[in-house]
Amino acid sequence: MAKITLDGLRHSYVPDPQSEADYALKRMDLEWKDGGAYALLGPSGCGKSTLLNIISGLLNPSEGRVLFDERDVTREPPDRRNIAQVFQFPVIYDTMTVYDNLAFPLRNRGVPASRVDARVTEIAEMLELGDRLRTRASGLGPDDKQKISMGRGLVRDDVNVIMFDEPLTVIDPAQKWKLRSKLKELHQKIEVTMIYVTHDQTEALTFADQVVVMQDGEVVQIGTPVDLFECPRHTFVGHFIGSPGMNILPCDVHGQRVEFQGITVPTAGFPEVPDGATAEIGVRPEFVSITEDGGIPAVVRKAADIGRHIVVEAMAGDVPVSAVIDGDAPEAGSEVRLRFDPAHTRVYADGWLVTREGAI
Amino acid sequence: MRTQNQRAWFFVLPVLVLVAFNALVPLMTVVNYSVQETFGDNRFFWHGLGWFEDVLRSERFHAALGRQVLFTFTILIIEVPLGVAIALTMPRKGFWVPVCLVLMSLPLLIPWNVVGAMWNIFTLPDIGLLGYFLNNVLGIDYNMTQSPVAAWVTVIVMDVWHWTSLVVLLAYAGLISIPEAYYQAAKIDAASNWAIFRYIQLPKMKRVLTIAILLRFMDSFNIYTEPFVLTGGGPGNSTTFLSIDLVKVALGQFDLGPAAAMSLIYFAFTLLVSWLFYTIMTKDEQ
Amino acid sequence: MTLELIDVSLRVGADMHLYPTSLRLEPGEFNILLGATGAGKSTLIRLAAGLERPTGGRILVDGTDVTGMSPQKRNISLVHQFFVNYPHLTVFENIASPLRVSRVPKSEIEGRVEEAADILQLRPMLHRRPQELSGGQQQRTALARAIVKESKAIFLDEPLANLDYKLREELREQLPELLAGRGTVIVYATSEPTEALLLGGHTALMREGRLTQFGPTAEIYHQPRDVASASVFSDPPMNFAPVEKRGHRMHLGSALDWPVYGAAAGLPDGAYTVGIRPHHISPVDPPDPSIPIRGTVRITELSGSESVAHFDIADRVWVSQSAGVQQFQVGEPHEFHMVPTHCFYFAEDGKLAAKGIADG
Repeated sequence: MAKITLDGLRHSYVPDPQSEADYALKRMDLEWKDGGAYALLGPSGCGKSTLLNIISGLLNPSEGRVLFDERDVTREPPDRRNIAQVFQFPVIYDTMTVYDNLAFPLRNRGVPASRVDARVTEIAEMLELGDRLRTRASGLGPDDKQKISMGRGLVRDDVNVIMFDEPLTVIDPAQKWKLRSKLKELHQKIEVTMIYVTHDQTEALTFADQVVVMQDGEVVQIGTPVDLFECPRHTFVGHFIGSPGMNILPCDVHGQRVEFQGITVPTAGFPEVPDGATAEIGVRPEFVSITEDGGIPAVVRKAADIGRHIVVEAMAGDVPVSAVIDGDAPEAGSEVRLRFDPAHTRVYADGWLVTREGAI
Repeated sequence: MRTQNQRAWFFVLPVLVLVAFNALVPLMTVVNYSVQETFGDNRFFWHGLGWFEDVLRSERFHAALGRQVLFTFTILIIEVPLGVAIALTMPRKGFWVPVCLVLMSLPLLIPWNVVGAMWNIFTLPDIGLLGYFLNNVLGIDYNMTQSPVAAWVTVIVMDVWHWTSLVVLLAYAGLISIPEAYYQAAKIDAASNWAIFRYIQLPKMKRVLTIAILLRFMDSFNIYTEPFVLTGGGPGNSTTFLSIDLVKVALGQFDLGPAAAMSLIYFAFTLLVSWLFYTIMTKDEQ
Repeated sequence: MTLELIDVSLRVGADMHLYPTSLRLEPGEFNILLGATGAGKSTLIRLAAGLERPTGGRILVDGTDVTGMSPQKRNISLVHQFFVNYPHLTVFENIASPLRVSRVPKSEIEGRVEEAADILQLRPMLHRRPQELSGGQQQRTALARAIVKESKAIFLDEPLANLDYKLREELREQLPELLAGRGTVIVYATSEPTEALLLGGHTALMREGRLTQFGPTAEIYHQPRDVASASVFSDPPMNFAPVEKRGHRMHLGSALDWPVYGAAAGLPDGAYTVGIRPHHISPVDPPDPSIPIRGTVRITELSGSESVAHFDIADRVWVSQSAGVQQFQVGEPHEFHMVPTHCFYFAEDGKLAAKGIADG
C-alpha cells in the first residue's frame, strides 16, 4: 500500500507536441493518500484512461513523475509496481478453476502453498465465491467473472493500488448494484488504495471518497461527492454530475444583484463577474421547488414520476428549467412558480464559479 | 395446426444432388466392388466380406498402414509446434504483418505435383542444389533413390516445408484475436512468458488448432501426389503409403475387389480418427 | 396501426426462450419492455419484427395475420444496441438507404433525409462517414434511418445502452419528441427501471422468458402484480423479507412487528412476503407514521443528491435510500423508519395479496 503522487504529469500521444491542444493529458499535480477510494470521472476522451495507464505503467508519460510513497516508478513496468487492475471486460484464465485463477498471482510470485490457500479461501469468502472454488471459471456469468478479476488483485497483500477501468460495463443493472456495494464493502474491509475510472457519475459518487472530474485532459474539480454535488466549481461539473444535471441559466448581473428573466434571484454569497464575461446562474434541480407565490413563473412541459421523486421540466420564458420535487406531479401545461434555494444558487462566469461564499 | 413452410427443402436440393453425384454414387460403386469378385466381361460374383478379411490380414496392408500412421504422426509432431512457434514470433501490428503473411502463404499456393517435382530435382545428388551440397560439400552420403532413411527424411521435410504455413496462419488468426487486456492482466499478475503461453495463448488458440490438426491429419493421411512424384513409393516399398499402395493394387494389378475393400477400410479409419479427435477436443465446450 | 401478439412463444430445442405471450401494442405511445439481460426482451422484439418465426401463436397487424411474413414486407424499423450503420456510406447515404430500397423517387429523397437529419441534429455531419462520428452521433444516424421511412413500427433494442451516461440522458430526453405523432407503434427495450419511468407510456415487465405484467408504466410501478414484477421494476432492488400475519399485526422475525390496516388487515393469518422499496425506508423520522427499525449499518454510499445505507435486519440486508446527505456510522446500529403504507404483501404463490393503504 502506498501514497500516490503525480508530480507535474503531462502526456501527449504526438511525438513533438507544439501547443496545449496536443496534450491528451494536461499538466497535473495530485496526491492520493494511502488506503483511499478515488474515482476518475469524465466523458469518453477526457483523458481518464490515459491517466490510468500512466499510473499502472502501461504508458510512459511525456513529462512528470509518478511516485508510490517516495519511490519514483515513472519508468517501471506494471509488474514491478505491485498494482492490480480490473478491466472493462472480465479477464479470466479460461482453463483454470476459480481457485487457480485467484491463486495465480500469488503462485507466480512464489508465495508458499499454505499462505496461498489461506488468502484464496479468505478472499473467495468475501466475494461470495467460496462455494464455487472448484468450478471452471469459464462457465460463470459476467458478474462472477468480474469478481474473479477483482479477487486476483485482492489476494495479494503487497498491492500498492487496485485500479478499475469501467468495471461494470458488461454487468446487468441489478447485478451492477450488488457488485458496486460489494466493492464498497471490500474497500471498507481491506484498506487498499483503489482508483475507479468511469463515465457513470452514480458509480463514481457512490464508490469514491474523493472524485476527480476531468474534461478535455484537464482536472476540473477534485472533491468529495457531496462537494461536487453541492458546490460545483465549474458548470461542466454541475452538468455532468447529477441526474438531471444542474440548471445553467442565462442571467444579468447588476452589481451584486442577479436577475433571471427580469426577476431578482437571491444567491449564495456575492457574485464577482469580471467585465465582458458571460454570467450564468447554476442551481441543481434538487434545489428548485414549486411555490405558491413569489418565485419565477414557468409553464410545465413534462413531469415524470420516477418513484422516489418527480422530475419536472418547465419553461421559464424560453429557458428550460428542471426541478426535482416530492409530492404530486403538476399537470403538463400548467403554470407554476419556481423557487431557487438561495443557499444553493450560484453564479458562474465563463463557466467558473464566481460567487464568494460569505454565508456558508 | 399451421402448415410449416416447406420451401426450404427446395433450396437444399441442389446441394443434395451434388453431394449424391460426387460422393455417394462413387462410394456406392466402391461398396459394390468390395463385396464381389469379377473375372472381366462385366460378370460379377458375390464374395461377401472376403476381400475385407483378406485386406485386414494382409501384411502388405499392415506395412502400408504402419508407414502411413508413422508419417502422419511425425509431420503433426513437427508441424503443429513449429507452426505455433512461428506464429508466436510473427509481429501483431505494423508494416511487417502483410509481408509475413504473404511469405507464409507462398508454399500453400504451389500445386502438389509441382512440389513433388521441385523437391525431386532439388535433392538429386548430381545436379540438385541440396543433393549436391549434402554429398559434395558436407560429405554426407545422401541419395533418396537408394536409402530409405534419406527418402523418409526428404518426404517429411518436404511436407513440413509445404504445410507448416497452414498451421502458422491458423494459429496466428487465433493469437491476434486475443484482447490486449489479457496480456496486461498477465503482466500485472507477474505471469512468466511460459505461463502466458500456457494459460492465455494456448487456450485461446485451442479452437483454431483443433481445426489445423484435423486438416493436417486428413490431408497427410490421404497424401498421394507429393511422395508419388518424389519417390514413387521407393526405394523398395519404404515410402509406399496407403494411398500409393491402393493405386498400385487398383490400377497396377487391377484387383478391384481388394482395392475397393481397402479404400473403404482406409476411409472408415480416417473418419473414425477425425471424429474421435474432434469429439475429445470439443467435449468441454458446453 | 396496432400490433397484437397472441400466445406467441419461441422454443429452441428444449429451452423456452419465450413462454406464450399476449400483448396489444397501440401506436403513439412508448411500449417499454423492461427486464434483465436474458429476460426475453430481444427475443420478443425479433419475433414481433418478423426476424424470427415463433414456434407458437400468431402476430396480427391491424387484425391481419402477418406471422409468417418476412420483415422486408412488414415496413418496420429496428435500432440496435450497437451502432449499426453502413461504414462505407456517408451519413446522408446511410439515412437515405431505406428510401432507396423502397424506391422512393430521387427528388423526394433529399428533402426527407434533410428533415430527419434536422430532427436529430445531424445536418452538419451529413457528408461524413460513421466512423468519424462520436457514439451519440452514430446512434442518432441509426435513429434517423429508422424514422426517415415512416415505418409502421419502430423497435428499439436498448438503443442507449452503449452510450456515455450524459449522452444517454440527452438522447433519452429527445426520443419521445422525435417519435411522437407518427402513428407508429414504438417498442423500446431497456434494462433500467428509471429509464422506463422517465419515458412513461406502457411497460411490459419480463423475467426469464415470461411476461409478468403489462400496463401503464406508472400504474404497474405502484401496483406490481407479483414478486417477480416488483423485483424487475425496482432500482435499487426492492427489500423483501418473510413475515407472518397474526391478528392485526405483521411479524418480521421476533424483534419487529407492526399493525396493518385496510386491505392488508383483511388478509387471513399466515405467512407472507413483505416488499418495500428502499426509498420508503428513511434514515430519519419522516412526517408520515412510521415503524422504527434498528439495524447495523454495513455499507454507505453518499452521492450528494442521495444517501444509501445497507443495514442488517433479521439475517437479511436491507437498503435505505434517501435524498440529501445523511450521517451514518458504518458498523454501528442506526434507527431507520419504514412507512408501512408503502409495504406490499405477497402471498406464498408470489402474487400480490394486499398493499399498505396509501398510494405506493
